Amino acid sequence: MSQWVIRGLRTGVKSTRYPRVEETAAGTSPGLPVSTALSSDLAQSLVAHCPVDALHPSITGVDVSLRQCIHCFRCVRATNNPMDWKGGYEWATAASDRNEKGTRFGPAFSRSVHILVVDAGDCGACLNEVKQLNNPYYNMHRLGFFLTPTPRHADVLLVVGALTDHMRLPLRKAYDAMPTPKRVVAAGACALSGGIFGQSFMCAGGVGEFLPVDVEVPGNPPPPLAILHGLLVAVGRKPTAGSHHGPGGPAENGSG
Amino acid sequence: MPAELRELVQEAQARWTSRVGLSLDGADGTACQMECEPSELPEICNWLFSDRHYSFGGLVVEQRTRWELRYAFYGSEASWVHVVTYLSDAGDRFPSISGLVHAADWHEREAEDLFGLVFEGHPRLGDFVLHNDVWQDGVTPMRKTFDGRKPVTHRAPDLNWKPRRIVEETGAFAMPVGPVHSTATAPVYFQLETVGEDVIRAQPRLFYAYRGLEKIAEGRRADDVLLIAERISGTSAFAHSLALCQGVERLCHVEVPQRAASLRVFLAELERLRHHVAAIAGVCESTGLAVAAAHAAILEEDLLRISGSLTGHRYLFGLNAFGGLSTDFDDAACGRGAAAVAQVAEKLTVLQGMLSASSSFLDRLEEVGIVSFANARDFGLVGPIARASGLSRDLRKAQPYCGYDAIKFEVPQESEGDGYARLRLLFREAEQSARIVSAITRDLPAGRFRIPETDLRQGAALGWVEAPGGAALHWIRLGEEGRVERYRIITPSFANWHGFRLAAESFAFQDFPIILATFALSVHENDR
Repeated sequence: MSQWVIRGLRTGVKSTRYPRVEETAAGTSPGLPVSTALSSDLAQSLVAHCPVDALHPSITGVDVSLRQCIHCFRCVRATNNPMDWKGGYEWATAASDRNEKGTRFGPAFSRSVHILVVDAGDCGACLNEVKQLNNPYYNMHRLGFFLTPTPRHADVLLVVGALTDHMRLPLRKAYDAMPTPKRVVAAGACALSGGIFGQSFMCAGGVGEFLPVDVEVPGNPPPPLAILHGLLVAVGRKPTAGSHHGPGGPAENGSG
Repeated sequence: MPAELRELVQEAQARWTSRVGLSLDGADGTACQMECEPSELPEICNWLFSDRHYSFGGLVVEQRTRWELRYAFYGSEASWVHVVTYLSDAGDRFPSISGLVHAADWHEREAEDLFGLVFEGHPRLGDFVLHNDVWQDGVTPMRKTFDGRKPVTHRAPDLNWKPRRIVEETGAFAMPVGPVHSTATAPVYFQLETVGEDVIRAQPRLFYAYRGLEKIAEGRRADDVLLIAERISGTSAFAHSLALCQGVERLCHVEVPQRAASLRVFLAELERLRHHVAAIAGVCESTGLAVAAAHAAILEEDLLRISGSLTGHRYLFGLNAFGGLSTDFDDAACGRGAAAVAQVAEKLTVLQGMLSASSSFLDRLEEVGIVSFANARDFGLVGPIARASGLSRDLRKAQPYCGYDAIKFEVPQESEGDGYARLRLLFREAEQSARIVSAITRDLPAGRFRIPETDLRQGAALGWVEAPGGAALHWIRLGEEGRVERYRIITPSFANWHGFRLAAESFAFQDFPIILATFALSVHENDR
């Protein structure tokens, strides 16, 4: 078995230095569109390109509602007057005023936090990005974040997916079984607004109506760093997007 | 016309004469349609499946002026056979073929649940896609009269509801797992039934992530449905959007530019490689070999970053478009991507070497979770799972698309059908994908990346790809103004979940997570 030890040592440290230092490696985030200045004619035609109503005409051009955006790139690729697009990943916003009033976890939660992940019916991409948080690049254990299989040990409920009718009861049971105080982080456009699935006979169009969501992480899927930011926001270790500039360069037009 | 198909048509004519309406479809004559009375269905399907050794692709139910049931079969050399039968809208009873063609079992259960059709002779109907503890009786969401945009009133939650148990011996024990279980897993419920050490029954209960995609696609514009196709399974997004594109392109007689076809192969193989590396990481993790799992996870993230920096999206969303791709890529950037992929492939080979020398790891995989060739065929398993049991049908070879017939690659095959065979197969396929990626970027054709405007026509067509998990079939029917009338999504995970219990049963409890990992099945792709 010594071969594994040698191989492990030879690989060296892969982990990102985020949140202390901004992560700049290529391919870690798809980015998001940002409010763009356009004439009102062009704005109207651009808004029509959006399949999920994430774009809205404004006085100066086009505004974006990040809760809806599904990274289809149609507002940049299918037009000659594209939306501005911005990298970064510190996208998480506070969904409830609990956070804005500064209510935080008690001191007992300032160190290690256990997270229960519930997939309430997504496409698997969000879930896969959550899994990446445990790979050596993101290694969330170093920040005191641990995934737990049981709601009894969980401090934070991380929900992905549009909430199917079949997952309502399991999600409710999981939430109720968690001890208080607890936080809910909803990650991904589907969990926030239903995404491309929207509201239908099978999808609730997001988990917000069903659970008291504290932190919302946009993206389709949100990259691992965005989810990490969401978790840091949930435990009060990072400011929300747009509230003030952290090292990751928060999106300046956060919808929250 | 392929020789295989010509011979088949002659025999069908001799056997059923005028009772079966034979017609050849497609300019290249590679698809044959056999129209028959419902009563003839079992015999014809059985003949195709058992005598002619055609693979069962899937069942497409359409409610038009009357019921139209289409059983798609494919052979080994560019030939499709669609067995089609009709019944007036007033009737709803068809003979079940699953007694003879077991691969159709779940297809019939799904059609019964969602359309309210009855398959006479089927042993087990009900409580499948629509869970009986949630849905009231008699709801048939796929019928045209059902409005898919409105929420449905369900039963009041019954906290004491339990799924049916099969093993009822004294001392028998059922261990419930899921639907929220383990750390960061997709929702699926297993009831593992046992009388001691071994798992006797391991039937999964799926469709917790059923999003009703086939229904919500209806009435939408075709290019919006493309976004739904990408989100059938986020980890096989490119494959599924490609299948839909190819269906629409076949329907509208669009020839994709050579550059687009080559780039599609490049991206599809990049996705397959990433899928397989993720599966390998899952196997390492399930056996508790943490260092190997970490190494494989590094390679998966490397591939996600390669995808992300080249295309803008880590899961290749937003790339496929009718008539080609939504954007072009710089040749040099593709070359850099391929070089990075080659590095990953090299590291993967090292990892494979180290794993094959770790006896404690091999002990957990060898002769565990065996699927025999006969079972794989009867259950209609597809993709790497089937090929690990010696069933080597691959749509890239059998029904080539995107110019795969001009690309040199092997379809690896193993015969043992155990966990280790499946792992070896993942490594070998990953290696082939990496080779295709580097070969195709060396020689990218110049020219357009897309036909500017695709004229959407009315009608229906089948698109298919070999997705990372196996054969994926998309049946698309377009109506007026390019609106979707019917979208049937047949996925490899649906076929392979059907056969999963074959591997899990009669093995010990502690093998269960490992067998599950070697199958690397997607719940989302199955549930849709």
